[in-house]
Parts: sequence; C-alpha cells; structure tokens
Amino acid sequence: MADPIGQVRAGARAFRMISGMWIRSTLTYRASFAMTTVGNFALTGLEFVGILLMFSQVDRLGGYSLPEIAFLYGTAGAAFGLADLFAGSLGRLGTRVRDGTLDAFLVRPAPVLAQVAADRFALRRLGRVVQGLAVLGWSLLALDVAWTPVKVLLVPVLLISGGAIFSAVFMAGAAFQIVAQDAAEVQNAATFGGNAMLQYPPTVFGDNLLRGVTFVLPLAFVNWLPALYILDRPYPLDLPRSLAFAPPLVAAACLAAAGLAWRAALRAYRSTGS
Amino acid sequence: MGQVRLYAAVAAGGFRRYATYRGATFAGVFTNTVFGLIIACTYIALWDERPHLGGYDQAQALTFVWVGQAMFSVMMLGVPSGFEAELAERIRSGDIGVDLYRPCDLQAWWLAQDLGRAVFQLLGRGVVPMAVGALVFRLALPTEPWRWLAFLFSVLLGLLVSFGLRYLVALSAFWLLDASGVAQMYGITATFFCGMLLPLNVFPGAFGDVARALPWSALLQVPADVLMGTAGGRGVLGSYLFQAAWAAAILGVGRLLQTVATRRVVVQGG
Repeated sequence: MADPIGQVRAGARAFRMISGMWIRSTLTYRASFAMTTVGNFALTGLEFVGILLMFSQVDRLGGYSLPEIAFLYGTAGAAFGLADLFAGSLGRLGTRVRDGTLDAFLVRPAPVLAQVAADRFALRRLGRVVQGLAVLGWSLLALDVAWTPVKVLLVPVLLISGGAIFSAVFMAGAAFQIVAQDAAEVQNAATFGGNAMLQYPPTVFGDNLLRGVTFVLPLAFVNWLPALYILDRPYPLDLPRSLAFAPPLVAAACLAAAGLAWRAALRAYRSTGS
Repeated sequence: MGQVRLYAAVAAGGFRRYATYRGATFAGVFTNTVFGLIIACTYIALWDERPHLGGYDQAQALTFVWVGQAMFSVMMLGVPSGFEAELAERIRSGDIGVDLYRPCDLQAWWLAQDLGRAVFQLLGRGVVPMAVGALVFRLALPTEPWRWLAFLFSVLLGLLVSFGLRYLVALSAFWLLDASGVAQMYGITATFFCGMLLPLNVFPGAFGDVARALPWSALLQVPADVLMGTAGGRGVLGSYLFQAAWAAAILGVGRLLQTVATRRVVVQGG
C-alpha cells in the first residue's frame, strides 16, 4: 500500500493479462463465441424492442417522446455496459467463494480485485456497450436539443462516471457476496434492475422510489440528472439543476466507499475449503 | 410401479436441491420483486396513456406483470439456468455414456428433476412476489378457488412445454459440444415471445397473431389468461388443448432427436 500508483499499475497489468487469457480461451469454441456475442447484442436489444413495441401503441410515455426515452436508454445501457464489461465478473464472485477457488487468487502476486474483475472476462459483453451506443447515436440524430458546448461535453462525462458508479455497485456487491455467498442475485436488483429503471423517465416512478435511487443508492446520477439537464426537462423531487455536474464526484465517492467495503470484506474472508 | 417411485424420488431430489440454497431463494425473490415494481410503474404509465390496451384494463396489466415475475424462474423465462447446462456438460464430457446405460429413460429422468425444481420455485419464488404485488397494487386476481386450480393446471402444462424446449437446447450439445450459445439464442426467443417484454395481446397485427401461436405463449400468456379469465373465445379448455398440443409435439421431437443423437454421435472418450 506504500506505493498506490505502482499498485494501480500492477492491477491494470494483471487485468490485461488475465482478461487476455480468457479471451483466447473463449475463442476456442468459435461458433459458440460468435453466437453468444450476437446473442448478447440481441438480448439487450430486446429491451429496446420492448420500448418500440410500447411506442407502436402510444406517442408518449410519462410525458416523454421516443427519442428522449432512447437517449435515456442509450446512456444507461452504454454506461452499464462499460461497467459490466470491466467489473461484471465481480458479480459472479459468489461461485468462487462457494467452491473455495478464491483462495488461489489470494496467493498470487497480483491485486485480488484486478484478478476477480478479470476472472472469466467475457468479450461478448461488448455487445451491450455497442447496443447502448447505437441507440444513443440514433437518439442524438432524432432529438431536437439546443446543444451548447457544456451539454456536448456532458455526454462523455455521463458515460464514464455512470460506468464508474455501476462499477462501484458491482464492487460493493462482490464485497457483499464474500459475506453472503449464494445471495449473488440481490445485487442484480441494483445493477440490472437499476439499468432497467434508468431507461425510463423518472416521471414514470413514484417519489419514494426516486428518493431511494437519489439519496440511498445514487443511481439517479448515472444518467437521469445529467440527461434531464441536456433534455431541458424538469428535475424530480425539486433537486437543484447544478446536480447535473455532480456525477464525477458521486462516482469517486461511490468507488471509494465500495473500495473500503471490498477491503473490509476481503480481510474478513474465511475460506470454505478444507 | 417401481418406475413411478424412481421418478418421484428424482423429482423430490430436484426439489430438495433447489430448496438447499435459501440465500439464493431469498435473493431471487428480492430481485423479482424489484423488477416487478419497476415494470409495474412503466405499465401504469403505458395504460394511463392507452386504457384497455390489448384488451386488458390497468389492473389486469399489473396482474400480468406479477404473474410474469412469479413464473420467471418457474418457467425459466429468460436465458435458462436449470438442468440444460448440466446435461450439456455431461454430453460434452462424455458422462452421458454412463447415463445412457442407466435402467431409466433419459428424458423422463430430467423431466422429473425439472418438475421437482419447478414446484420448489413456484412455492419459494412465486408466492412472495405475487403477494407483494397484490399488496402494493390493485390487481385483478380471481376470488373463485377453481380459477386458481385451473391456473395451476395450466402452469403444469406450460412446464411440460418449457422443459421440452430446454431439453432440445441441451441436446444440441451432441453436435456443438458447447450449448451455451444455443441456450442464449433460446433465451432471447423465449424472452421475446413469452410476453415478458410486453403481454402478447399488445403485439400489433399479424405479428401478434404469430407470437400468440408459438409455443412460448404457453409459458406465461396462456396461464395468465386462464387465471384472469381473459382467454377470450378459446376458453380454459381451449387453452389447455393449445398447451397440451405443443407439449406433445415438442417432447416428441426431443425423443426423436435423442434417438438420432445416441445412434449417430460417438460419445467422447467412449
């Protein structure tokens, strides 16, 4: 811990090498790899098809038009996709804890977090990122927004800090799984469920739910607050509009908190092995 | 008689196996409930905009959401995560050779196991989300006990269809060795055509007619309509007939494929 930069560099190197190994391994069964990549793209695309089907019957949902919802969908999907690509394996840590194979990670000379994040790295998860970006691209063409330099800059900031917030959720979930091994699915409610929620405008949801995702689990900062600023839409719960620029800070705070939780959990880890 | 006892034991084993992981069951219930809440909110917005969309009123649309969450793991409505991966792995590793020597039927064995699983998940993962949904929203649940019994029988028929389809997924490993790609393709098709995205009666035009005729509608749409009494001209008996016909056809194809596979394919390591 004396050299944090060296630590990060070692982590990045471990991540690169382990993920590279898993990519080579999945490419062994080429037909399956091709199918699962296309499949991932299609599976996430289906959610958007669901929205399109809704809009085949209505013109507005919660007061929002199709391009506006596509903008929310694309930003949430791409941000979540980035987190899933780089940190999604953390969500499957429970299996490693249960069968005791996490022990092997602990004795290797590389940061454990990087090893777990790169474990069973699945390049096919790129499908979700691409799909989200495609919908986002379409919405940018279809939207009627008075673009300013600030708004333009806010889009990439949103994607990166949104991805970081979701990564922090994955990290906290991994810490939780060390404690409660087979309860892995609880975090799906926050990750996949959060993603599903952020695809729709906040006007669809009740105030209590909105308070929960703003003040307890700050998912509203992933895309809603910056996106509503870009779309010139009123904020839920009378929040101040300056919060549109808060996501990077929220992301940093979330990552720090998740990091602490991860270290505490790893220190408390007891192997199931004999 | 001995055969019946054997498969009953296998089914009980399937039940116990899933009942062991209480943490996972709790987590699943929690996740299904959260998803149910999110989807219910979007359906309220949709039915506010278009009341009586697809012939459902808002309470019926919300009932459909919660039946969907209750059936999600029972019918494996997403990418399947039941016996298919295990059977496919046995085919890949060659262990299937041992299975084929056993004095029982391969398809019936896995069916019994899957039914045991489904009964547990109906009790363990189905009841609570449904109850939460009924507490939070105004649902169109029937009060007559016979409707609930009719629903349960429809669920049983749906399970046969669900199992039959997933058995085909697992058998694909005889040719591909790794069935995970096929399983995912199946998951996509199932998600889309079972009504999890949107009730199938909301699907527009001829596309909707096709979707309602496919086997996946037997997994969620038909049982939900039997429960709510919205099966239309088909009625309860017609719904059963539709499900039973698909179940027979798909289980038959599975049997045929199994014969071809075991005859033509050389078991690895055998």
